[in-house]
Amino acid sequence: MMILAIILIPACAGLASFVTRQNIVRRIVLIVTAIMHLALTAAMWLQGPDPIMNGWLQLDALGLVFLSIVSCLFMAAAVYGVSYLARELPGTRPDFQESDLFVNEPEAVFIGCLLLFLSTMTLVTCSHNFVVLWVAVEATTLSSAPLIYFHRHHRSLEATWKYLLICSVGIALALLGTFFLAFAAAGKEAGGVPLVVGELIARASSLRLPFIKVAFLFMLVGYGTKMGLAPMHSWLPDAHSEAPSVVSALLSGALLNCAFLGILRVVQVLNGAGAGDFARDLLLVFGLLSVVVATVFIVAQLDFKRMLAYSSIEHMGILAVGVGLGGLGSFGALLHAVNHSLAKGMLFLVAGNILARYHTKSIQMITGVSHELPVSAMLWMAGLVAITGTPPFGLFQSELTIIRAAFDSGHLLAAVVLLAALGIITAVCLFSIAAFFKLIKIEVAD
Amino acid sequence: MHGIVSVIVVSIIITDFLLLSAGWLKSAIRIVAVQGLALGLLPLFVHQDGLSFRLTAIAILVIMLKGIVFPRLLMRSLREMNTVRTITYYVGPMASLLVGIAVLSSSLWWGYVLPLPDQTGYRLAIPMVFFTIVTGLFLIVSRRQALMQIIGYLALENGVYTFGVFFAQSESMLIEIGILLDVFVGVYIMGVMVFHISREFDNIEAGQLSTLKDWFQNRKELAGKDPES
Repeated sequence: MMILAIILIPACAGLASFVTRQNIVRRIVLIVTAIMHLALTAAMWLQGPDPIMNGWLQLDALGLVFLSIVSCLFMAAAVYGVSYLARELPGTRPDFQESDLFVNEPEAVFIGCLLLFLSTMTLVTCSHNFVVLWVAVEATTLSSAPLIYFHRHHRSLEATWKYLLICSVGIALALLGTFFLAFAAAGKEAGGVPLVVGELIARASSLRLPFIKVAFLFMLVGYGTKMGLAPMHSWLPDAHSEAPSVVSALLSGALLNCAFLGILRVVQVLNGAGAGDFARDLLLVFGLLSVVVATVFIVAQLDFKRMLAYSSIEHMGILAVGVGLGGLGSFGALLHAVNHSLAKGMLFLVAGNILARYHTKSIQMITGVSHELPVSAMLWMAGLVAITGTPPFGLFQSELTIIRAAFDSGHLLAAVVLLAALGIITAVCLFSIAAFFKLIKIEVAD
Repeated sequence: MHGIVSVIVVSIIITDFLLLSAGWLKSAIRIVAVQGLALGLLPLFVHQDGLSFRLTAIAILVIMLKGIVFPRLLMRSLREMNTVRTITYYVGPMASLLVGIAVLSSSLWWGYVLPLPDQTGYRLAIPMVFFTIVTGLFLIVSRRQALMQIIGYLALENGVYTFGVFFAQSESMLIEIGILLDVFVGVYIMGVMVFHISREFDNIEAGQLSTLKDWFQNRKELAGKDPES
């Protein structure tokens, strides 16, 4: 019952806010739903809910971790979102970047989709059936696309179109992977094995092994697109930089993790079937590639929202590397997921404050934040220091764990690549902090 | 039964070729509708154990959605924009057909090589599935208009769906309805986006969507707006 409640409450609230007339009512609904969601999540920590629908929907420890991340971030985003919406001017207004005129999306659509987004992400964390998981992940894409298109100008239109198309195509491939998994499960036993994570692991010996591997390949590409693993990441910087900051925070902190959870579920099945090495090697390759690609793009980045977006790609790469290393690395990856979501969510929200004050995304043009927005400046600095994995923050601990796992398991190359990339990114971030506080001035050569 | 399934499979392959060679947006929409109708009929004939209520219901739903609702949605988007109705290409129709032939022959080859236990007895099924999927992907990258990208996505989805019909036994009707609902909402939102694109740019060329870039372009743009200059 609790699982149904936590999925259906935001869904109903979302549908209700589509038809509500007054903005104030909608905003109250948003806050109240976020509080209820957080309360239900807290209750689930105390007592795990019973599985429902033949075990299709259940919450294990892994799901609970990700659900808690989603719930906490949404609470923050809801509070921030209400004041954000109150600040947004109604009617047509010029866009600060290119001074074209644009209007905002109706608030009904924005809040409605925000709540549906919460509901679908909750469904992802609770799904133990692979097809339900697929339906939920695709639904997160659909409910978040209108959120990215909140400011209706041509740049956000472009970002939304890329997001919608690239993720839908990726997710369609994940569906193919899911069907391959069904085919592998239909194999030797009469009637086949139901596509439920626990059942598949328990009866792994009766699965057709080659087809599980094919299934993993397609699902890695599909959910990896959504997670932002290079080279399927191209939608991510655009969507994160053009969406309102409150949406970017949710995309980066919560949605990417949900896609990651999709991959973790298949890895669980592969581990059970004795093909864990195959999965881990692939994750390691994709993860390291993402870290390298993200580092290259962060170095030359002058748009601070895009910089945060590339940092998300980097951290998703680190998560993939962590799981790819296995053992201690997997533990490090989960710890890293929690740390990254909290830090990145906060950074995007603070980025929204800075953007609202300075009306530019260029690092170069923003100076003296500590005088104008003292609180945001302190949070921004703390966030940047944390996100680069500097002590005493949690990300330092989790990155250290992953790098230690790399050394322990003899993946020296992975360890060296990670250390080099993290070193470069830390240097760049400290540089940009210095620029923000007017300690240095960035000059751009023509 | 076997004969009918073969006819459907071959007709889906033919619609793929027609999609690759189509020159008008309207005809591409019609072709993808025919493809949707064909694969809607597929589950009725593939499963030898007779028709059940569930199979019939799913078939009717798929035919309604892919054969009637999607084409209507796309036709409406097409009507609402007053621009060129011909397809514009990165890769022209002749070259596309050649690519199609190459893809089909390679799918045929590894359709036979692949160690799929031939439980269904339809040897053309796997090549058809992969040909349709690759056709969809190819249409997405080789056509300039956003509307054609939706059609490519539909073809891709059709391919994935037929794989499911042949090789994955479905567990519950609820799940299939969930998948169809997702696809429906997806195509609906894409249709709305195409409408916005056509209003914003006066045409539906996805090639216009190229403002958001990294690095050098943005560097210069941002550098050009120095507050102190």
